[in-house]
Amino acid sequence: MGTRERGRATVPVALNTELEKETPVITPVKSTRPLLTMRSVSKNFSNGTQALSDVSLTVHAGEFVSLLGPSGCGKSTALRIIAGLGGVSSGEVDWPSSQIGARGTPEGDISFVFQEPTLLPWRTVVDNVYLPLQLARVSRKDAMPRIEEALATVGLTDFGKAYPRELSGGMKMRVSIARAMVTKPKLLLMDEPFAALDEITRQKLNEDVLGLWRNTGVSVIFVTHSVFESAYLSSRIVVMKARPGRIHEDFAVNEGVDRDGEFRTSENYRRTCERVSHSLAGAMHDAGGH
Amino acid sequence: MLSDNGLFSRDRVLQIAIPVGVVLAMHVAWYIVVRATNTPAYILPDPIMVLQALVKDWSILWPAFLVTTKITFLSLGLALIGGSAFAIFLVQSRWIELAFYPIAVVLQVTPIIAIAPLILIYAPTTEVALLVCAFLVAFFPILSNLVQGLKSVDHNHLNLFELYGANRLQTLWYLQIPAAQPYFMTGLKIGGGLSLIAAVVAEFSAGSSGVGSGLAFRLLEAQFRLNIPRLFAALFMLSALGVAIFALTSFISWLVLHRWHESSLKREN
Ligand SMILES: Nc1ncnc2c1ncn2[C@@H]1O[C@H](COP(=O)(O)OP(=O)(O)O)[C@@H](O)[C@H]1O
Ligand SMILES: [Mg+2]
Repeated sequence: MGTRERGRATVPVALNTELEKETPVITPVKSTRPLLTMRSVSKNFSNGTQALSDVSLTVHAGEFVSLLGPSGCGKSTALRIIAGLGGVSSGEVDWPSSQIGARGTPEGDISFVFQEPTLLPWRTVVDNVYLPLQLARVSRKDAMPRIEEALATVGLTDFGKAYPRELSGGMKMRVSIARAMVTKPKLLLMDEPFAALDEITRQKLNEDVLGLWRNTGVSVIFVTHSVFESAYLSSRIVVMKARPGRIHEDFAVNEGVDRDGEFRTSENYRRTCERVSHSLAGAMHDAGGH
Repeated sequence: MLSDNGLFSRDRVLQIAIPVGVVLAMHVAWYIVVRATNTPAYILPDPIMVLQALVKDWSILWPAFLVTTKITFLSLGLALIGGSAFAIFLVQSRWIELAFYPIAVVLQVTPIIAIAPLILIYAPTTEVALLVCAFLVAFFPILSNLVQGLKSVDHNHLNLFELYGANRLQTLWYLQIPAAQPYFMTGLKIGGGLSLIAAVVAEFSAGSSGVGSGLAFRLLEAQFRLNIPRLFAALFMLSALGVAIFALTSFISWLVLHRWHESSLKREN
């Protein structure tokens, strides 16, 4: 319970925002500090499905890792295991630099954005964003500046009093992201968060997530089955293949590339897409092609 | 000017005028039939006689009305508390549910009113007996609806709560209970109607008399004495009570749900 507060609440929020405003866009320096390590993780479900087989993966602080692969290759399972939702059959997940909570994960350091916005329909936007802090027993009054800050980062300052049903799909997803960011996590897990949205909304949200990652220094593991999304967002792409789920290829992308407004039409982007497509095709071929 | 959506819009006026008109027309028809056929009052009184009986016997009917109202609301209140507490207890573990739910089901499918004579033997006073009967009848729809509501929480929401390290009490309070509200309201509406029916039927079988009697007893009494206008007056008061309970439970439901739940939303297209 209390672990989440330690070393977080002590950072004055106002100071944080000041820093963010004054610092120009910075691409995080590639860190070599491991945030989490999966060692030979396998996962079998009781119905006999082998969802993951011998997966080893180290994610460093500040990375933006995309997990890419055909559906059923175990992306969601991997993400859930990292989040501590459902255990492993063998292997382990290690958090070298975090305080471990009761469930074997650093609870306050991880946030999850699901494919659905998963907002509580009976709560207003503000109270939805408040939820993680409320569960950590932060009073609403103390939480308010952090809630407002989180809503500001996703551009929903004016919608605090709205109920989820009054928002569009894209706005609900923004609330979901604000809720994830309000705890100032070290690691943000996203499971195909924009798969259900239209292309235009999706591109806008991709830009926002990229901005969030740059400005906050949070590490992101982003599950997607879209080549373009992973090529645009990632600093590293892990391509997986199915039956059983395992890692096909793991490579860095966009190193030293400035992903500004022009990026999507640039030669760099095209090359990254090609590189990713090629790898994904390989993963599908190896898995029996489908 | 009659606007499309103002307080006195054409739609709104018609919405009230049409049902009131139909009811009035039925009373007029009733009056004409009774008068035309010269039906004696001890078989079918006309509406004006019923109204007169209501005024004349007010000193008998009003205390009876209060007794029935008290039993109905008290039993409903107890059923709400008891049903909610038991529902929350049941969903705490699979084992508890396995052990107790069958008993709840057996009691639910048994026509509770059939054990009214038994309750009358054990209960210290008639009033307590009526209360117990009405309680038992209202209890089960509230229980079963709430159990279903507490159990039908979205799995993604449960994951979310687990992720943020919510304990059992927090999950119950911030997730399960709010998510079960629509189900609870259904149980409340059903239970409200049933508690009145049970209060009346139980009093029929109790056959008590004297000062503490409710409307059901006054109704039977009027029948024995062939005072049919008073019987109709008592009936009218019972149905007014039923309408009031329905309106009250519907209003509570609207109050709690209208901001977020689909069932209370106006379609905006
Ligand atoms: N709860 C479960 N029980 C049984 N099998 C499951 C369960 N969850 C996922 N699976 C299976 O595990 C495999 C990987 O699933 P998942 O991780 O959801 O894949 P992805 O997210 O990459 O589409 C699939 O074959 C899926 O059918
Ligand atoms: Mg998935």
